Amino acid sequence: MQKQKVTEVVLLACGSFNPITNMHLRMFELARDHLQDTGQYSVVKGIISPVGDAYRKKGLIEASHRLEMARLATANSDWIKVDDWESLQAEWLETAKVVRHHYEELHAGDHNKDDVDTVHHSKKRRIDENHSEISRHQERRDGPQLMLLCGADVLESFAVPNLWKQEDIAEIVGCHGLVCITRSGSDPYKFIHQSDDLWQHHRNIHVVHEWITNEISATHVRRALRRGYSVRYLLPENVIDYIQERRLYSAESEQKNADIILAPLQRYTSASSSS
Amino acid sequence: MVTRRVPLVLLACGSFNPITNQHMRLFELARDHLHATGQYQVVGGIVSPVSDGYGKQGLALAKHRIAMAKLALGTSSWVTVDEWESQQPDWTETVETMRYHSERILKELGTHRDSNGNTPPLSCVSPQLKLLCGADFLNSFKVPGLWLDKHVEELVGRFGLVCVSRGSLQSELAVHESDLLHRHRHNIFLVTEWVRNETSATEVRRALRRGLSVKYLVPDSVIDYIHQHNLYTEDSERRNEGTLLRPLIKQARQPGKSLDD
Repeated sequence: MQKQKVTEVVLLACGSFNPITNMHLRMFELARDHLQDTGQYSVVKGIISPVGDAYRKKGLIEASHRLEMARLATANSDWIKVDDWESLQAEWLETAKVVRHHYEELHAGDHNKDDVDTVHHSKKRRIDENHSEISRHQERRDGPQLMLLCGADVLESFAVPNLWKQEDIAEIVGCHGLVCITRSGSDPYKFIHQSDDLWQHHRNIHVVHEWITNEISATHVRRALRRGYSVRYLLPENVIDYIQERRLYSAESEQKNADIILAPLQRYTSASSSS
Repeated sequence: MVTRRVPLVLLACGSFNPITNQHMRLFELARDHLHATGQYQVVGGIVSPVSDGYGKQGLALAKHRIAMAKLALGTSSWVTVDEWESQQPDWTETVETMRYHSERILKELGTHRDSNGNTPPLSCVSPQLKLLCGADFLNSFKVPGLWLDKHVEELVGRFGLVCVSRGSLQSELAVHESDLLHRHRHNIFLVTEWVRNETSATEVRRALRRGLSVKYLVPDSVIDYIHQHNLYTEDSERRNEGTLLRPLIKQARQPGKSLDD
């Protein structure tokens, strides 16, 4: 009879956080409750990793502001932290690289160095061959498991041509894990079911149903701010103050990167391969 | 010639069991909408939690609901909590609460003087009081025995309604389907909340019962208060179980109650 092992988990959320909203923060709370409710996991930390300016998304304001707003928003949280590593990189980084970086940070003190080498080698192999490697990798883990936290819209973005590399998706869901919060208009179970690659690792994909629908999108918040409408109670007060003091979001700021192609699309549609 | 805006106070009646970010959002949305019409200047907001006599299942004691609302609105510059309704011996009809506040506002704002002792132009126009509510409120008018027709008439005719909902289509339909509401449609302001946010107090209580987090749905100060007083449990949700809502009893017995009562 096997004793139920409780795995420690760290949740990592990547995104623009332009600006951070109560919905982003709520995702962490929902994910933690869900995982701990299974009795198999203990969520020890949450990391917010705002994307770098090189992502070139329309309306994306400077990372320094987005970082500071996220810090203000999590000031009174005892487990969610903001990390600036991704935003400090000169070029846009694939999410898989960010996940890899944080995983390595978490396991920097591991005894078995072979674990780290295995991760680097496995990404060069085909997915089928990966499978046994991945499960062995999971069993050897000493430190916490890292899971990518996201909304169902991100899961479905896996299908957008040239936005993700297949091997990156395989690495994220195969070696690590995904915690996906549902949103109206998306059916994550169906999406997973319809993808052989995702289905193979469906045990690593935790779908969390958001019963208290709360779709405070940052896009909506920016729109309201541009039009001079109130965004009170949609994001933390100290973040609103920060935005208003600096007049961060305007019609002008929304035009930033307007004619530029999103970094991942630029990279993958070009002939050169990425490292 | 300067068009004088009508000074306006928004009154929200309800259980506030507990107050949530979405309740407070209603005020913000309504204010923005009314200001945008160019005709109004929203000068105040009032949260009026219902009294314990309402008899709704799971209703926490008024003293707690008032305390939580005060904590939540502590940092608001224009919305306050009022205890009058909760202190009345019996459940009070919404229209009666409106009459009370309307009289009070007329007295207070009517004698307002600015720092120089002058009467600001706003007070030349009588301040109005309108009822702030969500879409489900409009539909509640249809529930048998819950409202007296003459009360609804006074509510929408004399005072007015500001109704915030996710899609105004449903609200427009409710107004269309009722002759009474349709007649006063010029006094019913429909505000659309584009962000889908269904943070209902019912769901918040459910989450709390199950030990789940409600952080970022309800202010931290309110969450702390709830935990300190162990407010929402399976037991608390059973309070008033099987009891009829007070309005259904009160209004069934006295069908001829006049406006002067």
